[in-house]
Amino acid sequence: MTYVPSKRKFNFARWFLRTGWRHLLGLAVCVFAVFPILYILSTSLYPNNDINNTTALFTAFSPQNYIELFAQETRPFARWYTNTVYIGIVTSVGSVFLSALAAYAFSRLRFKGRRGGLLSLILMQMFPSILGLVAVFSLLSDFGQVFPIIGLNSQLGLILVYMGGALGAGTYLMYGFFNTVPKEIDEAATIDGASHARIFFSIILRLVAPVLAVQMLLSYIGVTSDYVLASILLSDPNQLTLATGLQQFINDPYSKDWSMFAAGAVLSALPSLVLFLFLQKYITSGLTGGAVKG
Amino acid sequence: MARFRIRSWGSDTPSMSGILWKLGVLGVVDAVATTMIMVLLGQGRYWIAALSIAVLLIVNWIYLRKGGLPAKYLAPGVIFLLIFQVYVLLFSGYTAFTNYGSAHNGDKSLAVQTIQNAAYRTLDGEDYSVALVKADATGHEALLLTSNLDQRVYVGENGQLAVEIPAGSYTLSPKCADPYAEDVTTCMHAAEKAVGYSAVTVDSLSPSQKLSYTSLRVATDLADPTVGIKTADFSTALQVQATLAYDDKTGFFTAIADDDYGNYVKGDVFKPSSDGYFHINGDVNSAKLDGGWRVEVGFANFQTIFTDVQLRAPLIKVITWTFVFAFLTVLTTFILGLLIAFLFNHEKLRGKKIYRAVMILPYAFPGFLSAYVWVGLLNRENGFINTVILGQTPGNEGNFPWLLEENPARLAVLLVNLWLGFPYMFLITTGALQSIPPELNEAAEIDGASGWQNFRLIKLPLLLISIAPLLISSFAYNFNNFSIIYLLTKGGPNDSGVTDYDVGGTDILITFVYKIAFSGTGQNYGLASAFSILIFFVIATISLISFRRTKAFEEIL
Repeated sequence: MTYVPSKRKFNFARWFLRTGWRHLLGLAVCVFAVFPILYILSTSLYPNNDINNTTALFTAFSPQNYIELFAQETRPFARWYTNTVYIGIVTSVGSVFLSALAAYAFSRLRFKGRRGGLLSLILMQMFPSILGLVAVFSLLSDFGQVFPIIGLNSQLGLILVYMGGALGAGTYLMYGFFNTVPKEIDEAATIDGASHARIFFSIILRLVAPVLAVQMLLSYIGVTSDYVLASILLSDPNQLTLATGLQQFINDPYSKDWSMFAAGAVLSALPSLVLFLFLQKYITSGLTGGAVKG
Repeated sequence: MARFRIRSWGSDTPSMSGILWKLGVLGVVDAVATTMIMVLLGQGRYWIAALSIAVLLIVNWIYLRKGGLPAKYLAPGVIFLLIFQVYVLLFSGYTAFTNYGSAHNGDKSLAVQTIQNAAYRTLDGEDYSVALVKADATGHEALLLTSNLDQRVYVGENGQLAVEIPAGSYTLSPKCADPYAEDVTTCMHAAEKAVGYSAVTVDSLSPSQKLSYTSLRVATDLADPTVGIKTADFSTALQVQATLAYDDKTGFFTAIADDDYGNYVKGDVFKPSSDGYFHINGDVNSAKLDGGWRVEVGFANFQTIFTDVQLRAPLIKVITWTFVFAFLTVLTTFILGLLIAFLFNHEKLRGKKIYRAVMILPYAFPGFLSAYVWVGLLNRENGFINTVILGQTPGNEGNFPWLLEENPARLAVLLVNLWLGFPYMFLITTGALQSIPPELNEAAEIDGASGWQNFRLIKLPLLLISIAPLLISSFAYNFNNFSIIYLLTKGGPNDSGVTDYDVGGTDILITFVYKIAFSGTGQNYGLASAFSILIFFVIATISLISFRRTKAFEEIL
């Protein structure tokens, strides 16, 4: 860059042309990015007994909507929250673990059908999962006739479906990450007398632990944001997740329900927002799958 | 396995704790699986039980034998994939060649039962309030009938005469039998329980149990089995006469009375036909009975997609919009993301981190919530966008119809998707920009290139090379971006009845297919599955192009 003497008189026009306009545009984009979120936060804090409109943000602060949200008997928000966390954690841990097992085999072992297996993984993840809904629905309804615990309207059934759906893409991604761990490490461990299970659990999994964590996080966010499968497979109000449950509040924007929805939205988004802000860097690399170095 | 020869003098014998772990986990799996197999056998599902036993044996063989390492790592994933992806794919593939749907929901015996159930005409006579019960002694389903004429209470089982229950042996419902009765004190009450019979709530019934209750006919004349009392809505029961008789031997329906709606006359014979319906004399061009069964129809669904006149106009519209939507989404998000990335690719800019953290917010906000929040923001009368940003009068029905008319709704969908998608583009273009060697930049400046020339001729081409595959996969993703469309507009605003199909102004292919399968009255899984297969090929083609530009395939092939 050009050398700028430190004691030159501040020239606004010059500054604006160099960096000022960047701030201006940056601010504009920030406003665009943040106003819906500020709006929902503001709405959630607006004590709302007979609200028609709020034309200004943050004119009042009251926990009323939050209190009312948890007091709803027919719409058990707290229950939905724990359901969502439970389904999200079990699914993300389970699918990442199963993917890691399979990815280890693809990355480290050579066997018949390895190429074919990888190719079919890629092909399978191209099938739009929404279009498998009819099959998934009839599958679970068949399960349910014999084992209600994994049938329709059961969270375990939904978890199994999510895990089955996430495996293909997960294995393929993980396969890429395992390939970046040098093979010499396992070979050295083998010479030292480690069994394959030991190499996998104590060496490889530890080396890729950050990647596993990011994959779990992405899988968690994906699963907890799902609307379609959950809405088709779950029906009992006590079983619902946030994505399916909160929808009951939004039928009439700008009613009392809408304010409670705002409170629910803020609480539901909080974990995801916090995690993203702290883990930005890792998430970016997880997203692009190594195609671009971030 | 050549490269693992090394372990022959290493340690092929796993540690004691490893073996214990393995046996422990395998033992739990075996125990659970054996219990499940017992249940299957108990219910008489022998084929599935046999299959499960085979899988269980294979799993035990894989983990107990020496060697065969790949199988040990692959088995759990493969089992899941077989059930939830391979089966789902095969099922969808097969369904595409059937007429499976709400009109052809099960096998032929179910269709026969459904038709028999619906084929009746109402006779004049006493009508009843009804409660569903089960006889405690026999477990038989029965109807508890309260006459709307004199409030006497009867119970009746299928094919048997109704028996009056003496007062005191039944409990009247606290609710009014007639919901429109004005005076609650004088209104009629219906019996809901009786001694020896336990009440059954409608909500607890499965579809097949419901069918079984609606098929129930309480006899009124033992000499004439075609007449009886039945309920269709679980709250009232009427005296009816069957209009169709089914002959188990021939498998034909014969009309024994004229149909009230004029669909058939006495003497018509309906025979099962190749299209999964009963037609008069089996002729598929003649009148049919409602209630079909699932049959294979070959390429008929694909033929419908390509030749049906009703489908053509909406389909062309939907496909065009799908491509426009996916393309414009990628374009707008990419341009905005690129713009900011360039903006911030400047060493002296202060507060970069803060900007970055704020701009990533839409991406971190859970997707389904974003859609719901935007539905509120874009509300016509009171939405924040209309009342605050555009300064229109709150509560006015003449405000800008964001989600209510076709073109505004399309604009809204693109706007929301821009909001959702630009942070991702910002992140990946920043990464790509930083990986461009700074020497190129300097060389260009020395050669006297202007900033714009530098951008257009050097940075942009380099950038595009590295992120083209990501742009293509973003296109493929948005091509099937079901949730944003469905949660924001449900594909609407709906076109007013030009065709038989339920199609709206912002429907993309996948939401349109979803509606064919799941919404409205004519749920057609077969047609939807045929569409799925075609979409699969489109996406596979797009992805293949993308993969060929990356190293993904080189590694494998």
